[in-house]
Amino acid sequence: MKNPFLPEKIKILEVIPETSIDYTYVLALDKEVKPGQFFQLSVPGAGEAPISVSDFEDGKLCVTIRKVGRLTNALFALGPGDFLFARGPYGNGFDYRDFAGADLKVIAGGTGLAPVKKLIKTFAGSDSVSSLEVLLGFKTPEDILYGDEVRAWVQSGVATLTVDKADDNWEGNRGLITGYLKNLDLSDRARCKCIVVGPPIMIKFVTAELLLLKVAEDNIWVSLERKMSCGIGKCGHCKIGDAYVCLEGPVFKFSEARRLLD
Amino acid sequence: MGYQLSREQFDSFLARLQEEYRVFGPAVDVDGGALADTDRITYKEVRCLGDLELNRKSYFSPKEIFYPVRETLFRFCQGDTTEPQIDGKKTAIFLRPCDINGIDRLDAIFLKNGPLEDFYYKRRRDKVRFFLIECTTGFDSCFCVSMNANRTELFDVALRFGDEILADVKSPEFEPYFAGLAQKPFEVRFIEKNSKEVRLPGVADITPDLFEHELWKEYSARCIACGRCNTSCITCSCFTMQDVSLGAENQMGERRRIWAGCHVNGFADIAGGHGYRQQKGDRMRFKTMHKIYDYYLRFGKHQCVGCGRCDDVCPQYISFAGCINKVSDVAAER
Repeated sequence: MKNPFLPEKIKILEVIPETSIDYTYVLALDKEVKPGQFFQLSVPGAGEAPISVSDFEDGKLCVTIRKVGRLTNALFALGPGDFLFARGPYGNGFDYRDFAGADLKVIAGGTGLAPVKKLIKTFAGSDSVSSLEVLLGFKTPEDILYGDEVRAWVQSGVATLTVDKADDNWEGNRGLITGYLKNLDLSDRARCKCIVVGPPIMIKFVTAELLLLKVAEDNIWVSLERKMSCGIGKCGHCKIGDAYVCLEGPVFKFSEARRLLD
Repeated sequence: MGYQLSREQFDSFLARLQEEYRVFGPAVDVDGGALADTDRITYKEVRCLGDLELNRKSYFSPKEIFYPVRETLFRFCQGDTTEPQIDGKKTAIFLRPCDINGIDRLDAIFLKNGPLEDFYYKRRRDKVRFFLIECTTGFDSCFCVSMNANRTELFDVALRFGDEILADVKSPEFEPYFAGLAQKPFEVRFIEKNSKEVRLPGVADITPDLFEHELWKEYSARCIACGRCNTSCITCSCFTMQDVSLGAENQMGERRRIWAGCHVNGFADIAGGHGYRQQKGDRMRFKTMHKIYDYYLRFGKHQCVGCGRCDDVCPQYISFAGCINKVSDVAAER
């Protein structure tokens, strides 16, 4: 019998600093993955945690990690050529077919950009969606992830970028992401589909605002975050109502997610 | 096939059983209670009939026999992982119908929830055999009848203990042990009425406003998040991963899992200092809804089996049975 808890040893190919506390790790991991799925990453002796996939292609897989705890501190001590351990992918991820032909709006706050980065890249260069608008919010200019790609999306008109706070050197948008929702082109309500990813408080207020703007509950997707220990429906940490975020999620339609009371 | 055994015959049966099985049952842990000069009834290896405590209720459930409080999943050394082997002997457990039903609830989580089976649970669970202790009176805090968990067919051998011992041997695996003993037809009986009864709310009567109801606030004031209700529960299955480092140089260490409880601080924490259910009343609501509502939505039966241990062990005298009745009352009012 196969033991799903046994991780694979994975080589780190490259480490890309994004901010002072967020690094992207490029891993030699060749698996069939969907954006929105996650891996259980670990460093022996330091622990294991669920981490979203931020990008993948050609046998390489990227994860963006914030240094916030025991495991991530241990990860930050590793560099190219070192190994970490991984098992997965877990979770449902985003299904591209849900968005075919849609006016897609991706609204991401902070590290919430990681699980939708690959999806944005895919749809920005494809005509499988009718249109794509991206709204990105970060706390400060120093917190912006994937700087080069984000700037390219902004310059090409795909993305609007705002920061909550900035000093006088910042020439871009300021203010909370919710303030920019009204700028989205929501004219074709039937074709409009929204993906909302970010901290719990951001998801709460953005979805509330979208509903006020008459976007249907069935046309909003959210990705929920829980600290699951197993990823396979056993440990109980990610259960909300009758759903397990690791099995039925982390991506839920809002009509489903609002039913899940924590 | 039914058999009748004298107490001496039962002891020699147990002796032979132990050649192939580790045998567990409710037993007295002398001076093991929380207070001085008090015993604790718990599941231990038993050697003879005299070791079995059949008149007092166990504080802990039998789940730790095959789902250890902490279990090493594998060891790391220089990038390799090694899984520990387990004892090759099979396990026989003397237990009551509520606990057999409780183990059925654990099986659903570990073996049927999601596409993958839990390797560590399964390899121990496959070795377990059930020796049902007939239970027709229960104890003061039991409400198994209300939870429809008073009966079970999932036993290998059922036993009635008295001056003589009657056995219904259902599993052919155990027939050889009884060969040559006096045959006597015996059909196990089950309790039909507990002294404590709970009124379950209808699944359709659980509505979102119930999650916000003020009835949960009382538990914020009373619960101290000790998690005794979780650890004594036969159906609580949650765990947390834990790494132990034995040396950074060779990356030596082990990964374990340890029991976790939804009442205990930190259970619903996520990265970056966020966390859910900070109020203890919210944890009581989360547990209650799992035991009598959302588990049912997933698996078609209630998770709680009414063993009543959570009520026995709570240092704050919180009654889960009482809580279920409160939920029913509130649901019925609307």
